[in-house]
Amino acid sequence: MITATGLTKRYARNTAVDQISFQVRKGRIVGFLGPNGAGKTTTMRMLTCFLPPTAGTATVAGFDILEHPLEVKRRIGYLPELPPLYPEMRVDEYLNFVGKLKGLSGPRLRERIEYVVERCNIGDVRRKTTGKLSKGYRQRVGLAQAIIHNPDVLILDEPTAGLDPKQINETRSLIRSLAGDHTIILSTHILPEVEQTCQEVLIINRGRLVATDSVENLQHRARGGESVLLEVGSPNGPLDRAAVERRLARVNGVSRVAFRDSRQDRIFAEIESSGDRSIRSDLARAVVEAGWELHELRASAMSLEEIFLQLTREESAPPPAEEAAPQETRP
Amino acid sequence: MRNMWIICRKELRSYFVSPVAYLLLTMFAVIFGFFFWNSLGYFIFMGMEAQLRDEPTPMNVNEQIIRPLLANLSVVGLFFIPIITMRLFAEEKRTGTIELLVTSPIRDGEIILGKWLAAVLLYLSMMLFSGLSFVYLFRYGNPDWKPLLIGYLGLLLQAGALLAVGTFISTLTRNQIIAGAATFGVCLLLWVLEWVSGFETATWARVLAYFSVIAHFESFAKGLIDTKDVVFYLSMTLLALFFTARSMESMRWRS
Repeated sequence: MITATGLTKRYARNTAVDQISFQVRKGRIVGFLGPNGAGKTTTMRMLTCFLPPTAGTATVAGFDILEHPLEVKRRIGYLPELPPLYPEMRVDEYLNFVGKLKGLSGPRLRERIEYVVERCNIGDVRRKTTGKLSKGYRQRVGLAQAIIHNPDVLILDEPTAGLDPKQINETRSLIRSLAGDHTIILSTHILPEVEQTCQEVLIINRGRLVATDSVENLQHRARGGESVLLEVGSPNGPLDRAAVERRLARVNGVSRVAFRDSRQDRIFAEIESSGDRSIRSDLARAVVEAGWELHELRASAMSLEEIFLQLTREESAPPPAEEAAPQETRP
Repeated sequence: MRNMWIICRKELRSYFVSPVAYLLLTMFAVIFGFFFWNSLGYFIFMGMEAQLRDEPTPMNVNEQIIRPLLANLSVVGLFFIPIITMRLFAEEKRTGTIELLVTSPIRDGEIILGKWLAAVLLYLSMMLFSGLSFVYLFRYGNPDWKPLLIGYLGLLLQAGALLAVGTFISTLTRNQIIAGAATFGVCLLLWVLEWVSGFETATWARVLAYFSVIAHFESFAKGLIDTKDVVFYLSMTLLALFFTARSMESMRWRS
C-alpha cells in the first residue's frame, strides 16, 4: 500500500531524513517509533505530499507522491500533531468543510459526517465551536477529519500526545478498530503504544531507519529467546530462594534467572532462554517435581523499551555499562 | 473551480463569524458617511453662494461630488486592505491548518484564488455601503450614472491588485500583525510614489510614478476607461498572485 524508496529530506545544514525505505502492506497498523526530532514528522509530511523530498520517492496506493500528488492526497487521511481545526467553526461545519475539500458532496457527504461523528464519538459536541473543545475532543475531531473521505491510508502524527490515560485508551482502541479498512501509519515516541496498537514497527533515529519488523519478531530478535514469568509457592513454609534459583537454572536452555519480587511463601521470577526451544514445559515440570506449587507461568511480552534503547544506542557511542542487578545470576 | 468556491466560502464565513467584517463595514460606513456629508454640504454651500451673488455658476454633481468622493474612496481603501488580507495565510500557518489545506486534493492555485476572491468580495460589500449614499444623489438630483459605474470598476481593479499584494505578504509570515503592517507600508508607498513626478521628470522618476497605484485611478474617477490603467491593475494582480503561488511552494521547501 505504501512504498518508500530512499526517501531523503535535507535542509541547509542538517539531514532530517536520510534514505529511508520501507513497505507497508494493506490493512496493517505500522508504528513509526523514534525519539523526538528523529524525523518521524518529516517523513510523514513527505508521504502526505506536504513536503517534497530532496531525494527518493514514495508511492501511496500505487500513486507516486511526486508525479500524482492529487491522487495520493485523495487516498490519504492525515492527522498532524496539532489537529488542524479552525477555532471559530462548529464541529459539524468543520467536518462539512473538510468533507467538501476532500471531494465529497450531497447525500454522500452527509452520510459520511454522520458516520465519523458516530465512529469518533463526538456527537455531543457537534454543535460546539472547535476552539472551545477539550484536548481529547480536539484529537477526536482531528481523527474524524482524517477518515471523513474513507481514505485507503491513514497517517497519524502522535495521535495520543497530550491525552489523559482514559482518552489514550479510547483513541488506541479507535485506531485499532480502523485497521483493516485503512492502512495506518502512526508515529509515537511512547513505546507501549506501539506494543498495544501496532502490528509492525519502524524504528527511526536521527533520520535513519534502524529497524523494521513485526512487533513479535523484533522482540524475539532482540532477546534472542523467550522470556517467561513464573510464580512459585510452597505448600509448607517459606521457600529457599537459592534452592529455587539453582533448580531453575538447571533447566535446559535457561540463560538467566532474575527474581523480581518475593514474599514469604511466593517467589516471582523472570526467566530467559537463549535457544529457539520453548522452555515453558520444562520449567513447569521442574517446579512440580521439586514439590513446589506452580501459581503462574506465562510468556512475557518483552518490552520494546529495551529493544528500542538497544537499537538506538547501537547507532551512537558504545553502550553504557549495564547496571549490575544484585539478584541476577548468569550460569 | 468548485474547490476555489469552497475555500472562498470558508474565508467569507470566518470574516463574518468573527467581528472583523462588521468592524470593517462599520468603520467604513462611518468614514465614508462623513466624506459624503462633507462634500454634499460643501456642494450645497456653493450653490447657495452662487444664488446669493446671483451669477450663473456651473454646478455639476458628477464633477463636484462623485469624482472627489471616488478619489477619496480609492485612498480610504488603502487603509482597509491590510486588515482584510493580513490573516489569510498567516493565521493558517500559525494554527497549522495550512497542513490540512495543502494535504487535501486541491491545487495551490485554487487555495490562493479562493482566498483572494473572498478578500475581493469583502471589499465589494464595503463598497456597497458607499453605493447607498450615492443612491440619494439619484433620488434628489440627476447625475450621470456611467462615470460612477466606471469609478467603481476602477476601485475594484485597484483593490484586486492591492489585495493580491496583501495576500502575497500574508504568505511570508505566520504573524498577522507583521503581515498587516508590511501590507500597510507597501500600500502607502504605492500611493505616494506618484509625488516624485512633482519635482522630477527624468525617466527613473516617471517609472517610479508609474507604479503609483493611485495615479492609475485618476482616469477612472473621471469616468474614463483607459486600457493602459486596466492593464496596469490586471498585471499587478496576476504578478502578485503568481508570487503568492511561488511563496507557497517555497514555504514547503523550507518548513
